[in-house]
Amino acid sequence: MRASLGEILITRFIRIAGYSAVAFIGMIFVFLILEGAPTLGQVPVSTLVGERWYPIEGQFGMLPLLFGSFLVTVGAALVAVPLGVGTAIFISEVAPRWARELLKPLIELLAGFPSVMLGFLGIVILAPQLYSILGLATGLTAFTGALLLGWIALPTVVSVGEDALDAVPRTYREAAMALGATSWQTIWRVTLPAARSGVLTGVLLGMGRALGETMAVMMVTGNAPTLPTGLEAIFRPIRTMTATIAAEMGEVAQGSVHYHTLFFIGIVLFLTSLIVNLAAASVVFRQRTRGERMLS
Amino acid sequence: MIRARRRGRWVQNLGFGLLASAAGLTVLPILLVVVLIFVRGAPALSASFLATFPSEGMRAGGILPAIVGTFWLTLGTALASVPLGVGAAVYLAEYAPDNPRTRLIRVAIISLAGVPSVVYGLFGLGLFVLFLGLGTSILAGSLTLAIMTLPVIISTSEEALRSVPGSFRTVSISLGGTHWQTVRRIVLPQALPGILTGIILGLERAAGETAPILFTAAAFFLPRLPGSPFDATMALPYHLFVISTQIPGMPIQIQYGTAAVLLLFVLAMNTTATVIRSRARSRRQW
Repeated sequence: MRASLGEILITRFIRIAGYSAVAFIGMIFVFLILEGAPTLGQVPVSTLVGERWYPIEGQFGMLPLLFGSFLVTVGAALVAVPLGVGTAIFISEVAPRWARELLKPLIELLAGFPSVMLGFLGIVILAPQLYSILGLATGLTAFTGALLLGWIALPTVVSVGEDALDAVPRTYREAAMALGATSWQTIWRVTLPAARSGVLTGVLLGMGRALGETMAVMMVTGNAPTLPTGLEAIFRPIRTMTATIAAEMGEVAQGSVHYHTLFFIGIVLFLTSLIVNLAAASVVFRQRTRGERMLS
Repeated sequence: MIRARRRGRWVQNLGFGLLASAAGLTVLPILLVVVLIFVRGAPALSASFLATFPSEGMRAGGILPAIVGTFWLTLGTALASVPLGVGAAVYLAEYAPDNPRTRLIRVAIISLAGVPSVVYGLFGLGLFVLFLGLGTSILAGSLTLAIMTLPVIISTSEEALRSVPGSFRTVSISLGGTHWQTVRRIVLPQALPGILTGIILGLERAAGETAPILFTAAAFFLPRLPGSPFDATMALPYHLFVISTQIPGMPIQIQYGTAAVLLLFVLAMNTTATVIRSRARSRRQW
């Protein structure tokens, strides 16, 4: 049968659509470089890695922003890893059917919550609570951001981890049980170790999600591009790279040093999340489609 | 032996208890958020809240232009991302050979999925707003959101297409159908519920996003509704951001009311996706 003109055209469109993702990621990279690279010619590198972010005076030290992003991302991981992996194990291995049917849609709902809405609740509920319970100078701190971000990262950790646990062959569990292991021993010594690469992927993707989160973290971390030191730094206001771009890009003149520097931060963010995501994907690249669904 | 077993049981109960409480800690706040927003937002919700413009510097009046703006942005996102995303999924599932170039596409999709939303905003500003001269507009914002949504739609649609058994294709081809006829008449209809679910979940996320439209589409306040795709627009998530951080003395009731409307959007889309999925599962022909 001869392919009609319509069929040729549609097949061509499908092919172009397939390659569009490559074009877009390339364009994102090109535009970030075009707008961000001029910074390197305008601001000395020693200033860029400096400790002061004060654009009005030409101080573009990114260290406080890098530190802010690092602090809340690590904090978020400390919240999301135990809760997320625990929840994934519970859903996949322990929960009765009815509980599973209840938990999974709820966690999917959390994944769909707009981050501004959670930021709003962070401002009106979480921050005042932490303020009074912990007796802080302000409720809007890195700690508040880390708690909220950890929770926002949970759906990623749970769904990827749960898929990894589900993928462990039933025969592994049956063999362990046949040798006299309890369900708990089976989970802890057999199922979880067998699924560890998938669980690790989930954790990495969750951290990537936390690193890239913008609105919620901007609203609850106090917007202070400073470099707090010492252990109590976690209870001080900070500002992340994402929040800095979101907060300042609206006010800068196009083509100014400040403008280019915000794009430069964008390059740093882009490359960091690219590395985190590709690292996560390489762990599960063998289970290909599965891995991609988890990623999105 | 018996003692060891008893101890094992004790450890197991403790462990299961810990796992259950992790699940509880994860899920209870979700329910709490939903209840809290609706209970505190309900007093603000009224026909006039939904159908009037904000007044007195946002401190009174309704949120009509934000609702309308989010509707247009979401529609624009759908128009751009659905054909491209489903097309890409069809290519990957039905046409693409397993070679390095296809693997490059997969790496690109994974990378797109990981790009932070604010970086999409920067990209949209650089490409659509400035380079292509679209200005701060619904069009620029929709296109930015569409690229962000693309990886979600591609991966869920591809998975739905792949779950259609190969025998369906074999039968169609053996009856003389062309490759495209097989895809169009056999595979796509079978995969439709899965594709729809993916589209809705992707659009749900786009509708709730703020960072990508911050510099590409969103306006603080506009006295009239957008008249064309080249106009800037207010949007629900951005409006919630504005009234919860930028306006001193903002009545909390309006903030909760706006959050409730946003949450209704999300819940409606989420429920639709869940219903489509469960109905399709019960009717599946294989």
